[in-house]
This record gives sequence, structure tokens and C-alpha cells, in this order.
Amino acid sequence: MAQTTQTRPPGPDDTASVPLTKPQLPGWAPALAAVVAFGAAALVGLLLGWGVVGIVAVGWILLLIGLPAWSTAVEGSRKGTDRLVGTVVWSTLALALLPLIAVLWEVISRGAPALNATFFTASQSGVLGAGGGIYHAIMGTLIVTLIATVISVPIGIMAAIYLVEYGKKNRLSQVLTFLIDVMTGIPSIVAGLFALALFTLIFGPGVRMAVGGSIALSVLMIPIVVRSTEEMLKLVPDELREGAYALGVPKWRTIVKVVLPTALGGIVTGATLAVARVAGETAPLLLIVGTFRATNFNPFDGAMATLPVLIFSEATRGGLQEYIPFQLERAWGAALVLIIIVMALNLLARVVGSYFSPKTGR
Amino acid sequence: MSTTETERTPPREPEAPRGVSRRGDTIFAGLAKGSGLFIMLALAGVALFLVLQSLPAIGASGENAYGADNIVLYIWPLLFGTVLAAIIALVIATPLAIGVALVISVYAPRRIARLLGYLIDLLAAVPSVVYGLWGRETLQSWVFPIYQWLADNLGWIPLFAGPVTTGRTILTAGIVLAVMALPIITALCREVFAQTPTMHKEAALALGATRWEMIKMAVFPYSRSGVTSAILLGLGRALGETMAVALVLSASGVITINLISSQNPSTIAASIALNYANASGIKTNVLIAGGLVLFVVTFAVNFLGRWLAARGQAKG
Repeated sequence: MAQTTQTRPPGPDDTASVPLTKPQLPGWAPALAAVVAFGAAALVGLLLGWGVVGIVAVGWILLLIGLPAWSTAVEGSRKGTDRLVGTVVWSTLALALLPLIAVLWEVISRGAPALNATFFTASQSGVLGAGGGIYHAIMGTLIVTLIATVISVPIGIMAAIYLVEYGKKNRLSQVLTFLIDVMTGIPSIVAGLFALALFTLIFGPGVRMAVGGSIALSVLMIPIVVRSTEEMLKLVPDELREGAYALGVPKWRTIVKVVLPTALGGIVTGATLAVARVAGETAPLLLIVGTFRATNFNPFDGAMATLPVLIFSEATRGGLQEYIPFQLERAWGAALVLIIIVMALNLLARVVGSYFSPKTGR
Repeated sequence: MSTTETERTPPREPEAPRGVSRRGDTIFAGLAKGSGLFIMLALAGVALFLVLQSLPAIGASGENAYGADNIVLYIWPLLFGTVLAAIIALVIATPLAIGVALVISVYAPRRIARLLGYLIDLLAAVPSVVYGLWGRETLQSWVFPIYQWLADNLGWIPLFAGPVTTGRTILTAGIVLAVMALPIITALCREVFAQTPTMHKEAALALGATRWEMIKMAVFPYSRSGVTSAILLGLGRALGETMAVALVLSASGVITINLISSQNPSTIAASIALNYANASGIKTNVLIAGGLVLFVVTFAVNFLGRWLAARGQAKG
């Protein structure tokens, strides 16, 4: 833009013969085109009685043709193609956010009516139709996830320390890095099968135990913790370590007192995100923890209800026709609670991350 | 390198309290190494237990293999369904993910881009069972009229032969899987696009390229292997996903490419989840054998994806 204003003054006769600027659509052109396209589609659609989906689809096609055509007429074909691609790319975003909005809307609108005091304080023991609650499943999820966290966070952090501080590119650390990458991709149900096979071998067939679920979740959680901790430890500047060594501090105290505190924010964020990721896992818990309608606090004895499995079993149980609405309401209510827990963990991770992180550097 | 040398020299000098610190060092290093070895052991354990427990399934047939003549005939239709659902998911998710990644890394102003990144990450935070519930209760009724329209107007394509009696088909399962694979592919593509050298992009723009031409000339050539590996990792996720499919699909275990009829192939993971509760004896081993096949397939896909990603990084 700046060049055109500079070149314009010299001679009016020059600019008259050869235009130095190309005509350009104003900045509000896409918005106008969108309003016109969707407005026209809505007008015709309401007259002919299409649904919302039809109106949006037709409006989108109108926009997809209209804006590039207008742009091609005014600005030339290259700009026209650019506008076409721009429209398509922004539409993908709208399409990608659609399920997020739809899922959240559906879970909130169908789950909220289920929430009341009994829902959080009662179990389902002896309840078939209306009433009862998900207290037993909330407790189960907390217990299973807590044990999984206690197992995986120390192992994950220590393994990351080994990778970054001790095994500088040696054979073992290379193999380990590769295996952790592989582990990240293990399907959750395979982790569940592993825990089940292990426990069947030890306790005999038909075993149900909450600890088994924790072990399966650990298989999924450890690689996430290792990855995030590793990234954070790599960010700690070597000067800090060298400073500690120069003062005669032994290596392990350097790691515990200097390296880990510096990276603490990131490590806590990573661990929290890992917890949030596994808290919603269903498949492994379905296999080894099973379902239970009453409250069970003992992770070493028998089946235990958990939120994800409760959602699955209530949604698929079937049974008497008159009970099904209540089962579905309970499933949606549990889904809302689960989403709130997972989102709260995600939020917590971000808050912790931003609270702890700017310790070095600035 | 210099750090390891500096920390190694002091303990060798003869001083009284050094012995204590050296023991601490040994213990701590041992713990760290032990954790690493433990992880390797655990992974080996996963493979070993799956293999051991699926060995008895090799001879299974008839009733024990869920009506199939042998274990291969039992797993093959499930494997077909698994791959079909994952491919549908990728066909839907890949263009969307690349588009969204382009919006976030090229089109949107920086502040909006950060917000959009968070929103897409939220998509990944929703538990899979909730997606399954949504697909089963809500999405299936949305897509049902669309499937009817497809069967009526495009029924001559084998994919849409119908007849449409339910919205809970393999196509719906694929759509739900696409929603779940989308954030992963988007996140990886974003990273790759962000690594395009700014100089290349600015040079293209300075030469008068439009934004799309800049993307075509500077961003895409640079990120081809990265995007491929992102797609493969998304495929790995879609292959192993259990609950969404188990909840959405009304499966009958046939092999068909008819995407919208009520006769749908099942997937390995979903059939394990649905059959486990009333399996016993050899049936359990048959299901575990299915899990082993799934493990091997996802392992191969992820391995290929990581390998491509590593190669791309080495080149860049």
C-alpha cells in the first residue's frame, strides 16, 4: 500500500495510461458476501420450508461461489482462488467446532436436570428406575485415578530424569525413548487386556479389582508423564546445573534442589493433563474393574463403579422399557459430572502452568 | 557433554564428606535407571501377556470362536471393520484438520489463533465415552435423514446402497472417530506448519504471492512428511478407539462396504468391550488374541508415523 501512495504523485498522465494499483475488494467484502448468501438462503429456505441444515448448506454453497466470483471479476483470478481457499479453510474451522458445541450443549441440557443432592450422595444400590445417584461411581473414579497417579507420576518423572540427566544419548535411553513413543500409541483396551491377563494369571479367572484398572491406566499415563517432564527438564538451562556443580553440590541434590524446582510448573501441568486424559478412559476399566451398583471403597476387593463405565452401562443396559429414560438421564448426568471433572483438571493444569512457569529467564 | 565431566571430577578428590554424597548419587541414579528399565519391562510385559494368553485361542473354533471356523475367520471381519471405520474417520478428519491447522497457524490473527488452539484442545479433552453417548443418542438421529437421502439419490454407489433403517451405522461410527482424531491431527499439523521458515513465507509474500500461493509454495512442500506422520498417528488413535464404536455401532459382524445399512461390520476393540462380560474359558483367549492383533496393527502404524516424523525433522 505504501508504495502505491508514493508512486502516485509524479505524473497524472502516467497513471492514466498504466494503472499502478489493482482494484481490490474492501475489507468488509467477505462479511457482506456471507450476509447476502446466508440471507438469500434463509429467505428462500423459509419460503420453501427447508430445515436449518438445508439453509446453512445452500447459504454456504452460495458464499463459496459468490465471493470468489465477485473477487475474480474485480481483482483477477489469482485473488479469486485465494478467496475460495480462504472461505473453505475458515469453513473447516466452523465444521470442526460444531461437534464440540453440539456435544457440550447436549451434555449440559440433558445432564443438568439429573443433578441434585441425592445424585451426588446416593449410590444405585437397590435402585432400578428413578432415584439413586452416582456417588459410588464418583468415588470409584477418584480412587482408581488416584492410585494410577501415585504409580505413574514418580516412575514417569524418574524415567524422564534418567533420559535427560543420566542417559545422555546412550543406547538404553535411545531404546527407552522409542519404546515410550510406542507406548503412547497403545490402544486403551489393549492396556485393559494386559491388566486383565496379568491379574487372571495371579488371581485366577473372573477377577475384578480396582487396582487392576489403576495399573491399566498407568500403562497409558506413564508415557504422557515422561514426555511432558522430559520436555520441561530439557528447558532448564545448563548454566543452573553447572553453577550448582561448581559449588560442590552432588548431582542428585542438584537435580532435586535446582533442576526439578525450576521445571516444577511444567511437570505439574503435564501430570495434571495426564490425569485428565486417563480419568475419562472407559475400556480398560470395563474389562478389569467391572460394574458395581453399591459403594465400594476397597480397591483390592471386587468390582467398583467408575463414572465412564457407569455411563456406558447405563446407556447400553436396556431392560424394562419404563426404566430406560431414568437410565439415560443418569448416563447424561454422569457424563456432565465427568466432563466437569476433566475440564476442571485441564483448567487447573493451565493455571498451575502459568502460575509456576516464569521462574527462570525474565 | 561438559556438564557430565564437571560433575564427575569433584567426587574423586579425597575429601571426607564426599562418600555420603556419592552414595546418594548412586541411589538416585539407580532409581532413575530403574524407572526406565521398569517401563521397558512393563511394555515387554504387555506384549508377553497378550501373546501367552492368546496362544490357547489358536485352536479355537465353532462356539468358542463366536461361531467362526477358526481364529483367523473370527478376527478377519473385525479387522476389516476396524480398518474401514478408521479410514472413514481419516477421510473426514484429515481435510478438516489441515484446514483448521491452516487457520490457526496462517489465517487467524495471533490472539484469536491461541483461543482457537485451546478450543480444539478441548475437543481432545472430552472423554471418548461421552462422544459415544452423543453419537448413540444425538448424532444418529441427525444423520438418519441424510442417510435416507443418500440411499434414495445415490443408492447406485455401493457405499450408499442402504436400506436405511437406523442411524447407528459404520459411517456414524466413522464420523464420531473423526471428531476424536481431529484434535490430534490438528495439533501435529500445527506444529509442522509453525516450523516453516518465516523467511520462505515472507519471501513468497514479498514476490506478490497471494496467501494461498504462499501456502502452496512455502508451507506445504516443507511440511509434507510431517503431515503424513500426523495422519498416521491419527489413524493409530482411530484404530484403537473402543467406546465410541461400541456405543454407536449396531454391529452384525459382516464384511461389507455398504456404509449406511443396518448390517455393519464390528471392530476388534468394540467386540472385546461388548463380549467381555459374558466370556469365559477359551472365549477370553479368543478376545485377547483379537487384542494382540489390534496391538500389532496400531504398533505398526504408530511406528511408521514416528519414523516419518523423525525423518522429516532430520531433513528440516
